[in-house]
Amino acid sequence: MDTVTLAHGSGGAATQKLIAEVFLRAFGNPYLKKMDDAAQVRVEKGAWAMTTDSFVVDPIFFPGGDIGKLAVCGTVNDLAACGAEPRYLTAGFILEEGLPVATLAKVAASLAAEARKQGVAVVAGDTKVVPRGKADKIFINTTGVGPIRKSLEAERIRSGDCILINGNIAEHGLAVFLAREKLSFKARIKSDCNSLWPIVKSLLQQSISLRFMRDPTRGGVNAALHEIASLSGLSVLLDEQALPASAACRTLADLLGLELLDMANEGKMLFFVAQQDAERCLRLLRRHPLGRRAALIGRVLKERKARVYLNTAVGGRKLLAPPRQESIPRIC
Amino acid sequence: MRYVDRFRDPKKCRKLAQMIHRVAGRRPLRIMEVCGTHTAAIYRFGIRGMIPETIRLISGPGCPVCVTGDGYLENALALARDPRVIIATYHDMLRVPAKKTSLEKARSEGADVRGVVSALDAVTLARQNPGREIIFLGVGFETTAPATAVAVLSAQKERLKNFSVYSAHKTIPEALGILGRDKELALDGFLLPGHVSAIIGRAGYEAVLARIRKPSVICGFEAVDILYAILRIVSAVRDSRFVFENAYTRIVRDKGNPRARRILDKVFIKTDSVWRGLGVIRKSGLRIRPAFRCFDAQARFHLKDERRSAAKNPTGCRCADVLKGKIEPRQCRLYARRCTPEEPFGACMVSREGTCRSAYEHAT
Repeated sequence: MDTVTLAHGSGGAATQKLIAEVFLRAFGNPYLKKMDDAAQVRVEKGAWAMTTDSFVVDPIFFPGGDIGKLAVCGTVNDLAACGAEPRYLTAGFILEEGLPVATLAKVAASLAAEARKQGVAVVAGDTKVVPRGKADKIFINTTGVGPIRKSLEAERIRSGDCILINGNIAEHGLAVFLAREKLSFKARIKSDCNSLWPIVKSLLQQSISLRFMRDPTRGGVNAALHEIASLSGLSVLLDEQALPASAACRTLADLLGLELLDMANEGKMLFFVAQQDAERCLRLLRRHPLGRRAALIGRVLKERKARVYLNTAVGGRKLLAPPRQESIPRIC
Repeated sequence: MRYVDRFRDPKKCRKLAQMIHRVAGRRPLRIMEVCGTHTAAIYRFGIRGMIPETIRLISGPGCPVCVTGDGYLENALALARDPRVIIATYHDMLRVPAKKTSLEKARSEGADVRGVVSALDAVTLARQNPGREIIFLGVGFETTAPATAVAVLSAQKERLKNFSVYSAHKTIPEALGILGRDKELALDGFLLPGHVSAIIGRAGYEAVLARIRKPSVICGFEAVDILYAILRIVSAVRDSRFVFENAYTRIVRDKGNPRARRILDKVFIKTDSVWRGLGVIRKSGLRIRPAFRCFDAQARFHLKDERRSAAKNPTGCRCADVLKGKIEPRQCRLYARRCTPEEPFGACMVSREGTCRSAYEHAT
């Protein structure tokens, strides 16, 4: 069984073989081993959050991660952003005919490892195979559910609230771009692909007046702030000088004419915190391995125009427009 | 600190801005920049917010994509539709609209149009596709024209029979002459394009500035560069002096790049050129010399006279006035309403350096 064939997707013996030798070997948990049409899971009382995401990143292996790890982190982070503890995941695969089984096994192992690390069970899955050229190697969809530990809403955001982020921006988008375009750029840029529930959990356990969170993926911090400004109705002001970014990312963005604020992140969370708790929140974030470069990057204004302003690093101020087109396609 | 950060130092910028306020006072001034990268940098850094409101920074026809006329594009589209042809072009040109279509639209309808980042990539295409005709759209000012010249010489060396260039290359100094003399524009000075200057040097402007005598500064693209240049012009106007300075000495030598100019001179000859908004400007274009006829798309293919389409603009489109600096983007009724980066009406909205596009993406 060298490469994935259409037979592997047809539901017969070949499919069973693929599931057993690749997926069960990687995941091997009681839910999946039952091989039922649907998994039976225990849920506690109270509200649960649910989210779904599809992953079509190109290339499927990149510095700092791969499509498997991303498929867990992306969905887990969406749950974490809602203050929900990730509990169960599903994973649906669409495979291109001709994909080496070894590659699939590697991706499945990576997905499984990240899920195990985060204490999340992959309880259901699906596999389809499409003819060569009808998909690009692997596409993955994951759906995640978990109990809401703290209810957060954009309506809770107040003027004067502070905006924090747990570290360097733009790394995922630029890492994937470099890996895809194979440009000879000396400094290696690694994706920040990581699950954020642990750092969110540590914040929720302290009594911080946390109003709202969002993970700035596609469209970067720019898109995320515009969404939040729109949801809350309030304008926000960003301080360009305060944005944490590596020198390598700054330079690459300068060279290519890309805006760091528009680049995707896969291990970052924006935190909207009451002003009085901002300093303490910053200290808490910085204690965590995923928050060493945490920074206070902006604040919520009084005006109700849902705009995003930027104090430029040279001392100017301007209105930031949301990113219109995808500067870099297929990063997640 | 990275080298470039020295030219973005907020303390220096604040000091320069303060000096500009002190020197300019409330005197109204009109300074034009003729480089798309300057337009973008001014918006990116928020320069307008740092200087007095009475100083108007006007964007001139500094985006080569934007000033390329409809006639050229219509010819390019006709060439693209020829099944023998592969059009190789810089990416900016793909979405420029001409009569409700564009090279990108033509591509989606089956035309073989390919974006390249280097003129030499087009030569590679010709080498790799001996059965096809590769036509490179040579768009740009003196900054990019040398690369096109190198591509032609490269093709000649390889004895390629299927490579040609459709030149839309233009030169800046003649356009400055027209703009500097325009009484309606009433300019007080120029920020001169940094990278064009790297090729033509300070010497390249001497003749035209001797005629129009407006304070002019060759400057770079960082905040400190731009603020310094504005300060020099503002000071010169206050003192009624003519000033002509190269303030981008880290890149621009006073004599420019003689080798690049020799290559340009070998391959190109000056010709009259159609500029969107400005009409025909004498000897402001570069055409391939007869010695390289076989690499000149205008000689090899039957193309319409570009001047025939010069006058027609889509209804309501005021690109011409924007390019001349006569109006700001928001004074065009289509701007941000029917003309957006996703659905551009005019060229000024297409290129990343287009005045309308810059305004749209970085509005203050």
